[in-house]
Amino acid sequence: MTTTRYTKEHEWITVDAPTAGAIATVGITNFAQNQLGEIVFVDLPPVGQDLVQGGEAAVVESVKAASDVYAPLDGTVVEVNSVLNDEPAKVNDDAEGEGWFFRMRIADPAQLESLMDAEAYGAYKAAHGGEA
Amino acid sequence: MRSLPLTGADRHAMLAAIGVDSVDALFRDVPEAVYQTTPLPDLPTHADEIAVERRLNVLAARNRPAGAGPCFLGAGAYRHHLPAAVDALIQRGEFMTAYTPYQPEISQGTLQAMFEFQTQVALLTGMEVANASLYDGASACAEAVLMAGRVTRRRRVVLSGSLHPHWRETVLTATRFRDVEVVAAPVDPWGHESLTARLDRDTACVVVQNPDVFGHVRDLTPLAEACHAQGALLVVAVSEVVSLGLLPPPGEMGADIVVGEGQSLGNPLSFGGPYLGLFATREAFVRQMPGRLAGATVDAEGRRGFVLTLATREQHIRREKATSNICTNSALCALAFSIHLTLLGEGGFRHLAALNHARAVTLADRLAALPGVELLTPAFFNEFTLRLPKRADRLVKRLAARCNILAGVPAARLWPEHDELGHLLLVAVTETNTDEDLDAVCRAIEGSL
Repeated sequence: MTTTRYTKEHEWITVDAPTAGAIATVGITNFAQNQLGEIVFVDLPPVGQDLVQGGEAAVVESVKAASDVYAPLDGTVVEVNSVLNDEPAKVNDDAEGEGWFFRMRIADPAQLESLMDAEAYGAYKAAHGGEA
Repeated sequence: MRSLPLTGADRHAMLAAIGVDSVDALFRDVPEAVYQTTPLPDLPTHADEIAVERRLNVLAARNRPAGAGPCFLGAGAYRHHLPAAVDALIQRGEFMTAYTPYQPEISQGTLQAMFEFQTQVALLTGMEVANASLYDGASACAEAVLMAGRVTRRRRVVLSGSLHPHWRETVLTATRFRDVEVVAAPVDPWGHESLTARLDRDTACVVVQNPDVFGHVRDLTPLAEACHAQGALLVVAVSEVVSLGLLPPPGEMGADIVVGEGQSLGNPLSFGGPYLGLFATREAFVRQMPGRLAGATVDAEGRRGFVLTLATREQHIRREKATSNICTNSALCALAFSIHLTLLGEGGFRHLAALNHARAVTLADRLAALPGVELLTPAFFNEFTLRLPKRADRLVKRLAARCNILAGVPAARLWPEHDELGHLLLVAVTETNTDEDLDAVCRAIEGSL
């Protein structure tokens, strides 16, 4: 049973079984990539880096801006999507699939409760910048 | 409200609006100790224009210009011959700004000049990419240290004891309120230092100068290998850019970042500024590089054009995450550098370097043959260090007063706190020094030993 949740900063996180120590995948939403425009660079965290919920985890640069990407949960980076080093446009093509940023070992699955599900995020998007 | 001219009533209105009672209150953060509270000596508070000009001319005449007699000063600033064409060309109307433009693409000529400058710096240093310049060598060095921290995500920095002390001070200032631990190796006039032992897995970079402040020239390959084995970067500082006409480029020896002072090409001594910071690195690190970067591209019709590129590194886009808070460069100084180097050409530049070295070797041999004088630098470019049988600062003062010769920079001037360096003298020789200059300084030093 896969769980996907969203942050107010437009990151998504997916985890198969939300238990402590489970591996979750993180990226930015399709809405976010659309707002950013053509993405030219993604600065990924080093594997092994400890993350704190809401803390900086990565940087995404588009032709328009450079934006921080925040950790949705506490945890540790276990893998990064190094394909993005050469093909950052993958984030534009498939933000919520092949354009994932990193995988993390989550420390506290209860933190998922603080994030939005798809329905709540849809309403949040509509209230903050319209449909994308 | 007009901001000019400013009346007393305007000032009162503005101060009242921001809730401050006086203009002085705006400067309350400046420590009292640094205020000039008494009038400057020898300067009347009022005078007519003719009197001001006369007075200032008298004061200016008390300066001793480097060209007014034999000059062997170096230690980070070098007197070279500047072709008259440099000054004539940089004064063309098309180049009349010291800044990079804020609507850059409209100024294709300026951007192309920056692009050519970057290409020259990359070729000289043996690196893949160079920026459009920074303020000066010392601030470029501080920026390199900060960049190494970003690249490696480490916080420990090792500075060679033979790094120019002013550059070391600039690094310490720039890192003072950041999470950086600076390890400065002891001053090393004999060139015995081994920095390898100071490396560890927390080391972001090692900063080493070549030729170093005493003049020693080294093969940095072993140090580069030791750095890379620990995952640290090697930052190579070059204070005399003409040396790159003769020495292998730092990039070839394994440097990851090369910083330099570009004054020697195109720019006069000019009391110490404005100078020209050179900054070059590997392409892999370009996003962590500070400063502006011009790039070549093609327009919609396929014609070659120039842009400012990778601007997301800079503070106007990246805000507090910018790679540097210094985006200003030394565009006019960089232009002078490029024109001078272009006039020389590759062959001319190599010839200039060989000439500097040959003249320095001639003088070093003659001075080292004097009784009690010892040469500390077995391998050097155009500057060497002597140990004299007496204090070097007193000798320099006496030769300046009696013979109108600037014999060199006493080490005591750079390291006033190191009494044991009191007998050391740094002597620089360039193409501007004639045979007569060399004869004169040899005679004068011999006569005062």
